Amino acid sequence: MAHQIQVRSTTVDGRSSSTLDALHSVGSAGKKVQSVDIVDVYTIEVPLTGQELKKVATALHTSLSQTYTINKALGPQKFAYAIEIGFLPGVTDNVGSTARETIIDILKKRISDLDHVFSSRIYFLQGKLSATDAGTIAQSLHNPLIQRCSIKSFVQYKKHKGMGVVVPKVTLVPGTVSEVNLSLSDTELAILGKKGIQNQDGTHRGPLGLGVDELKKIREYFERKGRLPTDVEVEALAQTWSEHCKHTIFANPLDGIKDGIYKHYIKRATHEIRKKKGKKDFCVSVFSDNSGIIKFDKDTYITHKVETHNSPSALDPFGGAITGIVGVNRDTLGSGLGAKPILNIYGYCFADPQDNTRLFRDKEKTQELLSAKRIMSGVIEGVNAGGNQSGIATPQGFVYFEKRYRGKPLVFVGTVGVLPKTINGKSAFKKSAQPGDYIVMLGGRVGLDGIHGATFSSEALDSGSPATAVQIGDAITQKKFSDALIKEARDRGLYSSITDNGAGGLSSSIGEMAGESGGCEVWLDSVPLKYPGLSPWQIWISESQERMTLAVPKRKWATFKKLMERRGSEATIVGEFTKSGICKVKYQDRMVLELDMDFMHHGNPVHVQKSAYSHKKPSIPKVSVVRNYENKIRETLLGMLKRGNIGSTEYISSQYDHEVQGVSVTKPLHGKGRVNANASVSRPFVGTKKGIVLSQGLCPTYSDLDTYHMASSAIDQAIRSAVAIGGNPDYMALLDNFCWCSSNEPERLYELKRAAEACYDYATSFETPFISGKDSMFNDFKGFDSKGKPIQISVPPTLLISSVSVMDDVSTSVTLDFKNPGDLVYLLGETKSEIGGSEYIAYVSDLEKSNYTGENVPIVDAKKNLSLYRKYYKATLKGLIASSVALDRGGLGIAIIKSAIGGQLGTCIDLQRVGPSKLFNNERLFSESNGRLLVTVPTKKRLQFEQMMNGCSMTCIGVVVDLDEIMIMSGKKKVASVGLTEATQAYRFKFKNY
Amino acid sequence: MKTKAKVLVMSGYGLNCEVETLSAFTTAGCVGDIVHINDVIERPNILKNYNILAFPGGFSYGDDTGSGRAYANKVKNNLQKELQEFVKRDTLTLGICNGFQILTHIGLLPGTLLHNENARYIDRWVDLTITSNSPWLAGIKKISLPIAHGEGCYFIDPKGKLKLERDGAIVGRYTKGDISTFTSLPSNPNGSLDDIAGVTANNGRILGLMPHPERAVSFFQLPHWTYLKETEYAGKKLPNEGPGVQLFINAAKYFAK
Repeated sequence: MAHQIQVRSTTVDGRSSSTLDALHSVGSAGKKVQSVDIVDVYTIEVPLTGQELKKVATALHTSLSQTYTINKALGPQKFAYAIEIGFLPGVTDNVGSTARETIIDILKKRISDLDHVFSSRIYFLQGKLSATDAGTIAQSLHNPLIQRCSIKSFVQYKKHKGMGVVVPKVTLVPGTVSEVNLSLSDTELAILGKKGIQNQDGTHRGPLGLGVDELKKIREYFERKGRLPTDVEVEALAQTWSEHCKHTIFANPLDGIKDGIYKHYIKRATHEIRKKKGKKDFCVSVFSDNSGIIKFDKDTYITHKVETHNSPSALDPFGGAITGIVGVNRDTLGSGLGAKPILNIYGYCFADPQDNTRLFRDKEKTQELLSAKRIMSGVIEGVNAGGNQSGIATPQGFVYFEKRYRGKPLVFVGTVGVLPKTINGKSAFKKSAQPGDYIVMLGGRVGLDGIHGATFSSEALDSGSPATAVQIGDAITQKKFSDALIKEARDRGLYSSITDNGAGGLSSSIGEMAGESGGCEVWLDSVPLKYPGLSPWQIWISESQERMTLAVPKRKWATFKKLMERRGSEATIVGEFTKSGICKVKYQDRMVLELDMDFMHHGNPVHVQKSAYSHKKPSIPKVSVVRNYENKIRETLLGMLKRGNIGSTEYISSQYDHEVQGVSVTKPLHGKGRVNANASVSRPFVGTKKGIVLSQGLCPTYSDLDTYHMASSAIDQAIRSAVAIGGNPDYMALLDNFCWCSSNEPERLYELKRAAEACYDYATSFETPFISGKDSMFNDFKGFDSKGKPIQISVPPTLLISSVSVMDDVSTSVTLDFKNPGDLVYLLGETKSEIGGSEYIAYVSDLEKSNYTGENVPIVDAKKNLSLYRKYYKATLKGLIASSVALDRGGLGIAIIKSAIGGQLGTCIDLQRVGPSKLFNNERLFSESNGRLLVTVPTKKRLQFEQMMNGCSMTCIGVVVDLDEIMIMSGKKKVASVGLTEATQAYRFKFKNY
Repeated sequence: MKTKAKVLVMSGYGLNCEVETLSAFTTAGCVGDIVHINDVIERPNILKNYNILAFPGGFSYGDDTGSGRAYANKVKNNLQKELQEFVKRDTLTLGICNGFQILTHIGLLPGTLLHNENARYIDRWVDLTITSNSPWLAGIKKISLPIAHGEGCYFIDPKGKLKLERDGAIVGRYTKGDISTFTSLPSNPNGSLDDIAGVTANNGRILGLMPHPERAVSFFQLPHWTYLKETEYAGKKLPNEGPGVQLFINAAKYFAK
């Protein structure tokens, strides 16, 4: 029988009040709750004596602020309903594992691998609640995909003497290896690809994501071999050939582009830039490793990688986001011989949290999508848990809202690492598994989690999406081996190659490393499991988190194993690298997979893709509408400040530790007014001068007009944001993350091609090489609305550009806040009539309940901009700039107000000096023309500044004043006046209750 | 030349500020090592070689079962005797953030740290007025430092509180100073009882502090250094050091006597 220890607070518990606040936002049921008490429950499936239990309970509570019971309910005297939330069997339970470790340590007792400790939490609710209310509240407190929930009224609780004991143990009927018959009709093959291999009971295993012609290639291969494939082989090929792993859309020929758009546009751009830069080339390793690697200083490289975790975050936002962030941290650990993660970045695209659209994955409306608000808060918390617990600083990120992200959110997570140039005299970015090396799995154990994650993210989200694709990260298990690897094993030369286990699990990581040595033999039954009963195919493709795969030379194994044991990490030999040219996998002496390496990696069929010209018809507001808003500049400025895309997201940036490791130079919030910055400066080594500048660019609504200019604007935005804060435009690299939709449709492919073409054109003109990228091609939701009608929601074609650059001296950083009254305000760059796709159009659209796109999308003049950026950069080195911000969403108007709020100083601006005379004032203020910076310069530096900027578009448009007022003039006529205090309030309005 | 004070910075199981903590000590003139807790457990006598013991910040065991609790249990179960011997000697002990939480669970410092008032992790800067005679804080009256924690709300029962006051064991209180005025944020970031930011024991030789002095050793770590650069320091040379350095210098000096 399992024991239970329950712990309750005897003093104020911040969790109770914050849960109450959260419930009060859950509609009428939640508002009835008057108070919440929380009891933490440990269900212990270990045989213990009464004495031992008491010892354990003592260790699990603090007598000063908590009380406990053993095998007895600990509810308060009076309450209306009790709701217990625990995990479903097999879901990662970090609290349970820590409690288990504590028990082992206290009792100095070996306990069986199969004896677990499970955590759960009981919420005791006070208030006049009905059973239906309790049900509604329970819904908001848990996610049925990963958690279980039980509800009891006060009477039931008393009668049953508590909630009862639930042991969420996994019981599996051990599966075997089966053969897969591929001699099927095309229709049957299509079903097999979509639904997966059929189990004996008639159910399907979940999507293989293989198309008919891919299955035919597999059939041909095995016909040549004269046997049927095993299920392990088919599942493994489905992983290796998945869009998620192979990036087939980017790799396959498209129209006349035989080498595919990735090689043709992205890789080629980098190749040409490196050649042109010659001795000044700072790239070290591009596109080949788990991150891009560039030079930092004479002894150090830095790595950067940005990933997306969209599909899992749609189903379980917390789990999806935490596995995303710790996953990309692992990419850093797997870069070169292992880089040390130092900086995390994030980027979220959500529907507005107030969007109450209800959507269902099935026609019967039993599988409802989580609300926009829960997706947002879950994702934010997931990155909080993953990043903070791993001790990696998060200086940089953004949130973007648009209603088309309601079906699938986009969750971007990235990590920068540092890697010494050489380790023991050898280059640290080179690695290679050697024949004879052991294949070693390090970190977590393997369970059913994440099965079909890789193939699932290559498909649209619908009712067939597998629940096992969802999992929860365990940052501490990873932190333990991360420290052991990069602070010890790496520098002692204990392994010859390393990569992380991400999509596709062992099948991908071992498959990839076997490419280095030329083959492998794997012993699946030696892989440590979370619980017994997994089938061989499941072990081979499971995406259970927090695992690395290493190649360890035999003579170093004992040392490696001992080190990992002492650091609390599990390392296991699961096979051997060979040079046989074959990937062999055995399970209990039976060969369950035997594939030629060449077929595995290059056997997938080449699809020739065809795009179709797509012309977007702009939707332009009538002249009368525009004239009307021309007279409401003041209301518009305040209204736009209240929008999620412009307003403060301090509640996110301040819950992410941005100062750990002492790396922080500029904070996420600038100035007295705490304004979110769009670039950051960090310093990997305290006490030295060199810094790392990070920034991001993203403008998805421009895609409604032209994806070419969407992409070029994202590139310019990322570059100019970095430049504004003091980044060096000539030492800057870029990363691309394409998040597209319905990418099998020719029109979408056309848009994709346009965007990729812009990446080539602008990377080469700015001389900013791409060093790493990732794509996610099917961000569509196919389901049903609240009336049960079929609905498809696709994200707008979205491209995130991230920049990383090296700054020689961090003391030249410039923040966006106005510094001193009397400083002159300059607008650098040209303002044009480019309001198409802008935040202003979105604002007008929302008020007019229309879907305007506007007409002229901002275009980029790279030559002019680059020349301006270079001159401005030199001015920052001379210390001439007091404040600076890159103009982006909301244009000049918002940039002025943000700088004023940041400095808590007023300003007086003359719009007549902005742009050509034919422009209207709303265009001067809200056009999103690229290549512009708003800077302030102390009067005594004016001359020097103007000389340095000579030849660039530069206008002094106003002055900083010590008043509570932002005055927008047109010559002598006042266009608008906004109080600093009201502007600050409007800026903080959107998320003030979060 | 005098021998330098030797510091042992604990690590492992999710502590994560050990590198910058050791670096702050060495910059201040100490020498030291980062040692994994399992290595200390294997050779507990090494504690005898050190003058200073530091439990750095971090997220030991992911705060599961309560922040600092599981790590403290590991220390209590395996190093209790050696730790008691260490603090009995004329040594200094420091717990920062998660390290402070660990020291309270071990029982070396009074009180406990609860979830922040709003149950959310927060990273910002705070100002403290120092009211302690601890050697760690010699010469410090006011100091601004960053915090970053989810469970930093200090709590103690009335009896314990009286004793703290009587012993002068309250390090200092969150107060409205330079930086919280600059950023217009409330002085007390987490709801701590009586604004208590840290406490001491053993005549001030054991110090527990929620704010992170090791993240405030450089001028360029200040949240408003770009503002200071254009105002107070306009036309002047910028300083190098940040306010947190003084604690580590104090520790070094304590043994240089």
